[in-house]
Amino acid sequence: MPQFDPSMFAPQIVWLALVFVVFYLLMSRVALPRISEVLEARSTQISHDLERARALKAETDQVVAAYEAAVAKARSDASAILAEAGQEISQRASERQADFGRELAQKVDAAETRIAAARDEAKANIREIAVEVAREVAHKLTGTAADAPSAGRAVDGALKDVG
Amino acid sequence: MASPVEQFQVQPIIGGDSAVAFTNASLWMVIAAATATVFLVASMRGRALVPTRMQSLAEIFYDLIANMIRDNVGSGGRKYFPFIFTLFMFVLFCNVLGMIPGSFTVTSHLAVTFSLAAFIFIAVTIIGFATHGLHYLRMFFPHGAPLWTAVILVPVEIVSYLSRPISLSVRLFANMTVGHVLLKVIAGFVPALGIAGLLPFAFLVPLSLLELFIAVLQAYIFTILTCVYLNDALHLH
Repeated sequence: MPQFDPSMFAPQIVWLALVFVVFYLLMSRVALPRISEVLEARSTQISHDLERARALKAETDQVVAAYEAAVAKARSDASAILAEAGQEISQRASERQADFGRELAQKVDAAETRIAAARDEAKANIREIAVEVAREVAHKLTGTAADAPSAGRAVDGALKDVG
Repeated sequence: MASPVEQFQVQPIIGGDSAVAFTNASLWMVIAAATATVFLVASMRGRALVPTRMQSLAEIFYDLIANMIRDNVGSGGRKYFPFIFTLFMFVLFCNVLGMIPGSFTVTSHLAVTFSLAAFIFIAVTIIGFATHGLHYLRMFFPHGAPLWTAVILVPVEIVSYLSRPISLSVRLFANMTVGHVLLKVIAGFVPALGIAGLLPFAFLVPLSLLELFIAVLQAYIFTILTCVYLNDALHLH
C-alpha cells in the first residue's frame, strides 16, 4: 500500500505542517473573529431587545397602575359627591317640610281665629235675633210689645242657661 | 483495471524526490484548507444578524466546536478553541473532499493522521505538565487504589496513555482507507459484470452515503477525542 512508502512521509508531513499552520492562522485571525463577532452582536442585540421589552413592560405596568388609581379616585370622588348631594337634598327637604309645617300651623291658627270670630259674631247675632224673636213672639201672644231691654234681659238669662 | 489502492498513491507534482516535494496530497491539503476558509469567510461576508443559509452553516460549525469544548473541557478550554476548530475543519474537509471521485483523501495516509495525533499528544502532555507540574504523573495511578496495585495499574495506564496517538491516528486512517478501498472494489465490479453490474452500482449509492456519513463522523470523533485528552491534561481525573 502507498500509505507505507517511507519516501513519501517527509513531503506529506512538511506540507501538512505548512498548510495546517497557514490554515490555523486563517481560522484564528480571519474566519473565527468574524463568526464570533456576529454571534456576539446577535446575543447583545437579543439581550438589548429583551431589556427594552422589560423596560416597556415596566412602563406599561406603571401606566396601568396610574390609570387604575385614577379610576379608583374618580369612583371614590363620585361616591363622595353623591353622598354630599344626597345629604343636601334630604336637608333641604326637611327644611322645606319644616317651613311648610310652620306655614300650615299659621294658616290653621288664622283659620281658627277667623272661626272663633265668626262664632262670636254668630253668638252676638243670635242674641239680637233671639231678642227680636222674643219681642215678636211676646207681641203675638200678649198683644203688647215688650220693650227691648226687658226682652234682652230675658234672652240673656235663657242663653246663660244654655251656656 | 486500476488497483484499489492506486487512489492512495502520492505523486510529486513539483519538486520530484525532494523531501519538500509538492505532491497530490499537498494539493488536496491546500484545496481543503482553501475551501474551508473560502466557505467560512464568504458565508460570513454579510455578517447578518438574521443569518442566510450559508451563514447559519458556518455558525453551526462554530457552535458545534464551542459546545464540544464547553461540554468536554470546560472553561479552561476556551483558549484552545481556534486550534480545535482548525483541526475539525481540516479533518472534515479532507475527509469530505476525499469523497469526490478522482480526488485524493489526505486523511487516508497514516503519515498525515499520525502527525496530527502526535502533535496533539505532545501538546496535551506539555499542557498537562505545565498545568500540574510533576503532579501530572498522578495520571498514571488512579486515586484511592491500593498502593500495591501500582505494579499493575501504572504500566497499564502508561501503555494506554502512549497508545492514544496510535489509536487516534489509526482510527481515522483505517476508516478512510477501508471505506475508499471498499468503494473502489465494488465499483470495479460494475463494468466487469456487464448488465448485472447494475446490482453493485445500486449498492454503491447507499455505500457512498454511508462513507460520507463516516467522513463527517470520523472528523467529529477525532476532534472530540482531542477534547477528551485536553480535558485530562487540564483536570486530572
